[in-house]
Amino acid sequence: MKMRSASTVLVAALMMFAGYAALFIAPDERTMHEIQRIFYLHVGLWVAMFTALTVAFVANIAWLATRNPKWDWLGVSAVETGVVCCTGGLITGVLWGKPAWGIWWTWDARLTTCFILWLLYISYLLLRGLLEDPTRRATLSAVFGIFAFLDAPLVYVSNRLWRTQHPAPVIFGGQEAGLDPTMGKVLMICMAAMVCVMVIVLIDRYRLERLRYEAEELRLEIENRAADANSLVTRSVS
Amino acid sequence: MDPVRAAAILLGKELRLEFRTRELLTATVIFAVVVVVLFSFAFDPTAAESRRYGPGLLWIAFLFSGSLMLHPSFGREQANQTLDALRMAPISPFAIVCGKMLANFLFLSIAELILVPVFSVLYNVTIAGIAGRLGLVLALGTIGVVVTGTVFSAVSSHARMRELLLPLLLLPVLAPLLIAAVEATASLFTEQPSLDRTWLAFLAGFDIVFLTASWLLSDFLLEE
Repeated sequence: MKMRSASTVLVAALMMFAGYAALFIAPDERTMHEIQRIFYLHVGLWVAMFTALTVAFVANIAWLATRNPKWDWLGVSAVETGVVCCTGGLITGVLWGKPAWGIWWTWDARLTTCFILWLLYISYLLLRGLLEDPTRRATLSAVFGIFAFLDAPLVYVSNRLWRTQHPAPVIFGGQEAGLDPTMGKVLMICMAAMVCVMVIVLIDRYRLERLRYEAEELRLEIENRAADANSLVTRSVS
Repeated sequence: MDPVRAAAILLGKELRLEFRTRELLTATVIFAVVVVVLFSFAFDPTAAESRRYGPGLLWIAFLFSGSLMLHPSFGREQANQTLDALRMAPISPFAIVCGKMLANFLFLSIAELILVPVFSVLYNVTIAGIAGRLGLVLALGTIGVVVTGTVFSAVSSHARMRELLLPLLLLPVLAPLLIAAVEATASLFTEQPSLDRTWLAFLAGFDIVFLTASWLLSDFLLEE
C-alpha cells in the first residue's frame, strides 16, 4: 500500500514536471508556435498506447500458453488502458489537426491505423462482455486479441502505400528531419511520464480485475453451498 | 486420421448441408445484389464514374455479404450441439476449421461468380479481357475474407448477440484487405488494364499471415 501511494505521488510529480517542460522549457516551434505544444501530450499518449497494446498481446499469448488467470486479467486491463490512451491520442490529434492542417481529420496512414486499432480493441472489449463462461471468454478474446495485433502493421503498411499526409517521420526520418535537442529531451520526459501514468492505471485496473475474479469465485462457492444445504434439508425432511 | 482427408470429409459435409437447402447461398447472392443496386443511388453510374467507384462498391458488397454468410459456419453447429460431436472425432482441430474455410471459400466464390457479371452489366464495366486477372484478385481477397471470417465465426458463436458481433469483429480486421483488393481491382478497371503487383503481393501476404495464425490458434478455438 505504501509502495502504491509513493509511486502515485512520484508519477504525479513527473507528470507535473513534464507538463511544465512541455509548456515552458521546450522552445517555440517555427511555423505552428504555441499550438505545437500539444505534440508532447499527443506523442506521449501514442507511445503509452503502443506499450499497453504490446503488453496485451504478450498477455494474450501467455494466457493461451500457461492458462494462468493472471494473464487474462493483465490482457483485459492492458487493452482497456490502451483504448483510453488511443481515445486521448485521437482527440488531441483532432484538436491539433484543425489549426495546423486546417481540417479536423484526414485519412492518412497513421490516423487511419489508429482509428482502426481503436475500433478493433473496442470490439475486443465488446466481445468479452458478450461471452459468459470465464475460461472461454479468456481464450476466445485472446485469439481475437492476437489477430487484432497482427492486423495493426498490415493496416499501417496498406495505408502507407495508399496515401499519406501526416508529417513525415520527424524522429528517425532521414537527413532533413530532426528535433531541436531541447525539444527531444522534453519529448522524452513527456513520453516517460505518459507511460508511467499508463502503468499506474494498468496496475490498478489489474487489481480490480483480480478482485472481480475473486468475487465471482466466492459467489459461485456460495451458490454451491446453498444448493448443497438445500438438498440436505429436503433429504432430512423426506 | 490424415488431416487432409478429414478436412475433405468436413468439406463434403458442409456442401451436402448447404446444397440440400441452398438457403445460405441464395440469401447471400440476393443480399449482394441488393447492395450493388442500392449503391447506384449513391453516385451517378456512368461508365467513367463506375470505373472509379466500382471496385470499392464490389468489395464492400463482398465483405458485407461475407460477414453475414460466415456466421452460420459455426453458428449452426450450436443448435444441436453438433460441435461437440466434431470435437470428439479423432481429427485435428485445424482440419475442422480448414474444412469449413474451404466450404466458405466455395460459397463466397459462387456468390462472386454470379455477382461480377451482374455488376458488369449494370455498371457498364467490361470484364471480357481481364477475367483471368480479376479472378486471381478475387480468389486472393476471398481467401483472406474466409480465413479470418471462419475463425471469428468460431469466436463469436459462443457469445450473446453473435449475429451482430461477427461483422463488428470481422470488418475492422479486413480494412487492409479491402484497401489492397480495391486498389488491385481498380488497376484492372482502367482503360489500359495492368494488374498492380504490389497490391497482389499484399493480398497474398495478408492471407499467409492469417492462415498461419489460424493454424497455430485452431487448437484453442474449438476447445470446450
